[in-house]
Amino acid sequence: MAVSPLSMRRLGYHVTWTGILAALIVLFWAVIAIIGPSLMPHDPGEIVDFDYFGPMSKALWFGSDYLGRDMVSRILMGARYTVGISLAAVCLACASGALLGMTAAVTGGWFDTLLSRFLDALNSIPSKLFGLVMVAAVGSSIPVLILVLAVIYTPGSYRFARALAVNINTMDYVTVARARGERTPYLILHEILPNMTGPVLADIGLRFVFIVLLLSGLSFLGLGVQPPYADWGSLVRENIGGLPFGAPAVIIPSLAIASLTISVNLLIDNLPVKIRDRSA
Amino acid sequence: MPNLVEIRDLRIEATSDAGNKLQIIKGVDLDIAAGEIVALIGESGSGKTTIALSLMGHTRRGCAITGGAIRLDGRDVVGMTERQRAALRGTEVAYVPQSAAAAFNPAVRLIDQVVEVTRIHRLMPMAEARKKAIELFRALALPDPDTIGQRYPHQVSGGQLQRLSAAMALIGGPKLVIFDEPTTALDVTTQIEVLRAFKSVMKAGGMAGVYVSHDLAVVAQIADRIVVLKGGEVQETGTTEQILHAPADAYTRELLSAFEPVAFARAQDIAPARVPVLEMSHVFAGYGPIGPDRMPHKLVLRDVSCRLDRGRNLGVIGESGSGKSTLARAMAGLLPPAGGKVLLDGALLEPAAHQRSKEELRRLQIVFQLADTALNPQRAIGDILGRPLGFYHGLRGGAKQARVAELLDMVRLPRSMIHRLPGELSGGQKQRVNLARALAANPEVILCDEVTSALDTVVAAAVIELLKELQRELDLSYVFISHDLSTVQAICDEVMVMSQGEVVDTLRADQLPDGARHPYSRLLFSSVPQLDPGWLDRVPLRAGV
Amino acid sequence: MNSQVLRLVMGRLGVAAVTLLIVSLVVFGATQMLPGDVAEILLGQAATPEAVAGLRQAMHLDQPALWQYGHWLWGLAQGDLGTSYANNMPVAQLIGGRLVNTLRLAAVTAAIAVPLALTLGITCAMYRGSLYDRVVSAGVIGVISVPEFMIATLAVLIFAVWLKWLPALSLGNDISSIGQMLRAFAMPVITLLCVICAQMIRMTRAAMISVLDSPYVEMALLKGASRPRMVLHHALPNAVGPIVNAVALSLSYLFGGVIIVETVFNYPGVARLMVDSVATRDLPLIQACAMIFCIGYLSLITFADVIAILSNPRLRK
Repeated sequence: MAVSPLSMRRLGYHVTWTGILAALIVLFWAVIAIIGPSLMPHDPGEIVDFDYFGPMSKALWFGSDYLGRDMVSRILMGARYTVGISLAAVCLACASGALLGMTAAVTGGWFDTLLSRFLDALNSIPSKLFGLVMVAAVGSSIPVLILVLAVIYTPGSYRFARALAVNINTMDYVTVARARGERTPYLILHEILPNMTGPVLADIGLRFVFIVLLLSGLSFLGLGVQPPYADWGSLVRENIGGLPFGAPAVIIPSLAIASLTISVNLLIDNLPVKIRDRSA
Repeated sequence: MPNLVEIRDLRIEATSDAGNKLQIIKGVDLDIAAGEIVALIGESGSGKTTIALSLMGHTRRGCAITGGAIRLDGRDVVGMTERQRAALRGTEVAYVPQSAAAAFNPAVRLIDQVVEVTRIHRLMPMAEARKKAIELFRALALPDPDTIGQRYPHQVSGGQLQRLSAAMALIGGPKLVIFDEPTTALDVTTQIEVLRAFKSVMKAGGMAGVYVSHDLAVVAQIADRIVVLKGGEVQETGTTEQILHAPADAYTRELLSAFEPVAFARAQDIAPARVPVLEMSHVFAGYGPIGPDRMPHKLVLRDVSCRLDRGRNLGVIGESGSGKSTLARAMAGLLPPAGGKVLLDGALLEPAAHQRSKEELRRLQIVFQLADTALNPQRAIGDILGRPLGFYHGLRGGAKQARVAELLDMVRLPRSMIHRLPGELSGGQKQRVNLARALAANPEVILCDEVTSALDTVVAAAVIELLKELQRELDLSYVFISHDLSTVQAICDEVMVMSQGEVVDTLRADQLPDGARHPYSRLLFSSVPQLDPGWLDRVPLRAGV
Repeated sequence: MNSQVLRLVMGRLGVAAVTLLIVSLVVFGATQMLPGDVAEILLGQAATPEAVAGLRQAMHLDQPALWQYGHWLWGLAQGDLGTSYANNMPVAQLIGGRLVNTLRLAAVTAAIAVPLALTLGITCAMYRGSLYDRVVSAGVIGVISVPEFMIATLAVLIFAVWLKWLPALSLGNDISSIGQMLRAFAMPVITLLCVICAQMIRMTRAAMISVLDSPYVEMALLKGASRPRMVLHHALPNAVGPIVNAVALSLSYLFGGVIIVETVFNYPGVARLMVDSVATRDLPLIQACAMIFCIGYLSLITFADVIAILSNPRLRK
């Protein structure tokens, strides 16, 4: 099933074709999010087709939307919002979650108990519901959306990081460092953090998928990214009228979301494995 | 008469996570006659458990039998269907696992698990099976044989569970019983009872057995023949007498030499200074919330006092739960004592490590049991050794590099290891790095917590030798904590016996092991298995402890 | 029930109570972050200083935030959910009938999803690595990786647009027969089922595999037990706790699911009411809906934890 390309093998890593394919798709969307706007054939706001929900054609590869705008341009623009907002939110969430989690694990005591109790309580609010309440309260401009998504996913990332850090904290090398007289910041940065980067990176990937799904869901409900900006979720929403005809304007953005999230999931499941055999 | 078991050219392959195939059993031949007990002996990774499990047609996940034949009572186990193998298991060949605590289903009463074999194979009516089980409990010297089966696994002790697992194996009347390191997880005083019970039921039943172990002395008590394994290959096969007294193979001789008593002899006798380098007086320590009596909820150390003179070594010996590791943690300030004093060179130390000065911390270093968890797997050896140099002595750059190289020389490791990660080193090498890190502080006292327990015997002996050399060169004093009498004997001037958090006996090296006064230390010392095959039958039964 | 179990269960209930209090604080606090003065926004064009002051007093907006929180919580405890800003009706009245609709949808989904997903999850774990397991697992990854609205639109596309078996909207017209009711329910339930089952299969499979990998299951194999016996007699009794937890956690996806499903299919449930009230910033309604969902979710999780405690064999006498 899994045949490894030789170059990776020589570096001592084992990879699968699924993993490579998933990585390529993720990379593709990352590149599109950065350079997408310069590739747009039309202005995403410009009406280029007299017909609405136009089919795929030579001129308009992905057809046109409910106003007759070019879908290729709108997808390219949407990539920036979907990927950008989600990435910013996931970085915020995981950075604060990991930092708090490690600090709580190393410090212990009251700080740990209170913080864990509070964040666990936040974690018990279903994410979509939390999103609705926050959006209702503070609106949905893009910086606010990023912040809201980060707040929603910080408790989960905290819990994950804390569990890891608690395990590492019981390791003898941390005890040795303590007995040497090292202070908390050193313990966190030099003894604990390097040993959890792998799992934390995988967690960032998983949480990125959750955030993309939540953001798309909110946008689909009309509560996420607001016009004139549009992420992929908003594209599905505004073109939902084309669903009965199976218009590309509603199918393509859905496929874009699915390709991104499924690829990230597959990539995490098929990360390169360091080859550690007893001999050879 | 044909042999009960005939293994010919057995080959087993393992598939690693990365999909690589690796032969772990490389063409093994083995015969077992009916009623004969054969021991498979070897170090971790020698393939002894893999071979034993293959007798039941079972391989662990990721492993597969790729060649050879296993004939059990004339039938080929390798070629059988899974259903045929299932019919074999429990009735023809039975298994006693290494950790009975994990092998018993926590949700089912013990008696139901013991008689399950008879239920699966419809061997006898339930009432009869229960009666037979109770007879087996009695034969295995289990307490309350009539009622012990009604309990759940978490309600009986480890030694009892191990005997119950033997009852579980014997109930189906198998022709062959496989013992997979059944006493390795037990303390010596428990081990001796379990061994005695195993030996008597095997003798009475006339069954054949395969006894897997890494411990020659244990095996010598119970086996008729010994097969020495290394790296998936048979090194030597012979009767127990022949292997013990006339080993032909070099590796066998190496294993045996680790048992030769190393009499401790100090080169020159130093007159003890007036002030001990490390002293504990009336220390109480434990875990959990502090109660109204200002003592922790779960008290582990009770009124422990000891002294270590400069240039001397203090051994601390005891079984699991005796508090010997807690003692080291209390000395190092990792578990601040709730009462009593710790003095370094006559000066009072603060109870908690973070209250002690950097200089005090530097002079008292600790080395842990498992080198695997004691070295940060993400940092190169150079960084690991360099940190205490920078932290305590402010060394940087070239001076630090030079000192790291010196430290590696001291522990007899090549300098090229500076850039390696701990994962790339062997167990013995890791333990040397572990030691070098403590030496980097230029300490006066090193607390060694079971530093050789996780190592194979030959490697452990080399580490002990290194510790002695370093002591001569660097004027160190060790507190040497171990559960193993022979290692403590090899290095310590004085030995403290601990039991349930208290010091029950303190002995000079020359009084070991026969000079023990306290009944517990006598029991502990007499329970250490000897290479002599007649030892088990000679040791008096545990009495009144 | 022995005292240790009782203590653990009481402890768990206590944690749930504290959690609920924190959640209520967060829900209330979040809605306090609304920029601008609620009274002014509500009055809009008619916002004369006198009118604003009068409304502020009537709504207790002139009181300190903590007092308002206490007032709101006290009302909540007595079943008083407040008054909607949008149409001045009691929130309880607005929610009432719609809550029944949502619960009905959730109950039907759960009744089908739990047995279906448990069977699939456990059998996948039993035959780990087989073609059957790989196919199911791939499907599960696919479903959990896409947003719920995609499942919903896909269901519309397949069942309503192409096959024309089912109506795209539910409860659109009168429901006179059971057949019509089933047809009206079908699309929302199918969508929810996909979402819930995928999560539940994944978590059940993982929980079951960790138990199947334990030494006592290997021991049963070495005693000659058949595969069904290993699973039913040895693995399952020990997997009850983890599996119940997996079920509760995946049922929590119902909450996210209904929000989308009710919107897509125009289903008159409480989740749709909440989405609408977010658009109009009807805070009392949002607060009430949020608390209802959180209480539902917390009870589910707490119930699962209690079952896990009760089923732990190590706590048996």
